[in-house]
Amino acid sequence: MTKVSMTVNGRSMSGDIEGRTLLVDFLRQGLGLTGTHVGCDTSQCGACVVHVDGKAVKSCTVFAADVAGAEVTTIEGMGNPDGSLGVIQQAFQDHHGLQCGFCTPGMVMSAAALLAENPKPTEAEIRHYLEGNICRCTGYHNIVKAIMAASGQDVSAVAAE
Amino acid sequence: MYAFDFVKPSSIDGAAEALQEEEAMALGGGQTLIPSMKQRLAAPSVLVSLGGIAEMRGVCIADDGAVCIGGATPHAVVAAEAAASYPALAALAGGIGDPAVRNRGTIGGSLANNDPSACYPAAALGSGATIVTNTRKIAADDYFEGMFTTALEPGEIITEVRFPVPQAANYQKFLQPASRFALTGVFVAKYADGVRVAVTGASEGGVFRWSEAEAALSADFSPAAVEGLTVSPEGMIGDLHGTPAYRANLVKVLTKRAVAAAG
Repeated sequence: MTKVSMTVNGRSMSGDIEGRTLLVDFLRQGLGLTGTHVGCDTSQCGACVVHVDGKAVKSCTVFAADVAGAEVTTIEGMGNPDGSLGVIQQAFQDHHGLQCGFCTPGMVMSAAALLAENPKPTEAEIRHYLEGNICRCTGYHNIVKAIMAASGQDVSAVAAE
Repeated sequence: MYAFDFVKPSSIDGAAEALQEEEAMALGGGQTLIPSMKQRLAAPSVLVSLGGIAEMRGVCIADDGAVCIGGATPHAVVAAEAAASYPALAALAGGIGDPAVRNRGTIGGSLANNDPSACYPAAALGSGATIVTNTRKIAADDYFEGMFTTALEPGEIITEVRFPVPQAANYQKFLQPASRFALTGVFVAKYADGVRVAVTGASEGGVFRWSEAEAALSADFSPAAVEGLTVSPEGMIGDLHGTPAYRANLVKVLTKRAVAAAG
C-alpha cells in the first residue's frame, strides 16, 4: 500500500491505495464519494465519468496512482455551495433527464465537460459528445434537452416528436 | 486484476530503466491495457506510467515541416493541436473512442498495441510516419508486423511520432458502433512523390497498404481511378459484424470516399 493525495472537489484528500486501485474505487471506497457509479467497468458506459484536471475521464479505467496530485471533480462537486442543485443538475430535473438515475452522474459530468469547451452546443454536438455515455431508460431526448437548457438555449425544437 | 507495482518516472531514461524489470509493462493512457488487465489478459509485475514525462507530451512542427507528436500525447490534444497543421490526422484522432477515452488514450499507446482495428496505425502507415523511440527511429513501413505485433523491442518506448504533411489527405472510418473501433478504415494521403493508402480493421495481418490503389491514385487522384480494382477477401477478418467479403468491399468503398473527401 502506498499513500496517494489529490484534490477532490476542492478539498485535499489522501488515502492508502494499491498500484491496481482504480480511481473510481479510491473515490467510492477510499473517500466514500459513492455518487460516481460503476456501470460496465469496461470503459464503455460512462457512468463513472469524473473530471481530472478539468478533462472528462472514465474513472474505472484510470489508476488512482496515475492521477496523484491532480484536481478531481466528481458529481458531489457539481452542486451549489448551499447544497442546492447546480445548473446542469437542475436542468436534468426540470427536463426529466433521468429515470433510474444510474447513468446520471456520468451524464452530468460529461455535460459539464462539453459546456466548458463549447458553451452553446448544437443538438447534434450534444448527441455526438455523449456517445461514450449510455442511458438505457430515457432514449436520450430529455438528456439532450436538459443540456440545451443548461447552456441557456431554447429546447423547444429538440426531439419535439 | 492481479497486483503490481506502479511507478511513474518523470524522464524517458527513468522509464527505460524501470522497464528493464522482469515483466514490466509501459502504461500510456491505459484505455486498452487497463481493460486487458481486468480480464487478466495482461498481468505485468511492474507498471511504468509514461504520463509523467513532460517531454513526451504535445504537438509541434519540425524544421522540415513534419508534425511531431509526443508519444504520451492524448488523442484529444492531437485533435485540437494538429487541426491547423494536419487536419486529416486531427480528424482521425478526434474520432477515436469517445471524448473521455480521447482525454486518456495516447498515440504511443495505440501504435505500441497495434490493434488490427485501431485508427492511428492507418494514419502512421498512410503518412509514411517515423516512429521515434528511446533508442532509434523506425519507418512506419518497417514498424507494423501484424496483429498486435510491432518492431518494438521489449522495454522500448515510443517517444515521438513524426508525420510528413501531405498535400491532401482523408480518413474514412466505418464505425463499429459498439466498440467504437473501425469496422474498416482507410487513410489516403497524397504526397508530391505519390499517394499512400493504408487500411485498418480489414486484414487479419493488421494494418496494410493497398498498393494497387496507390499506383492507380498516383496516376489519377480521383475516385474513378480505383473503380476497376478489386480487393480479395482472402485473409480478411470475418466476425459477426462483417464477413471477409464485406470488409474487402468496404476497403474499396472507403478508399473512394476518402479520395473524394480529400479533393
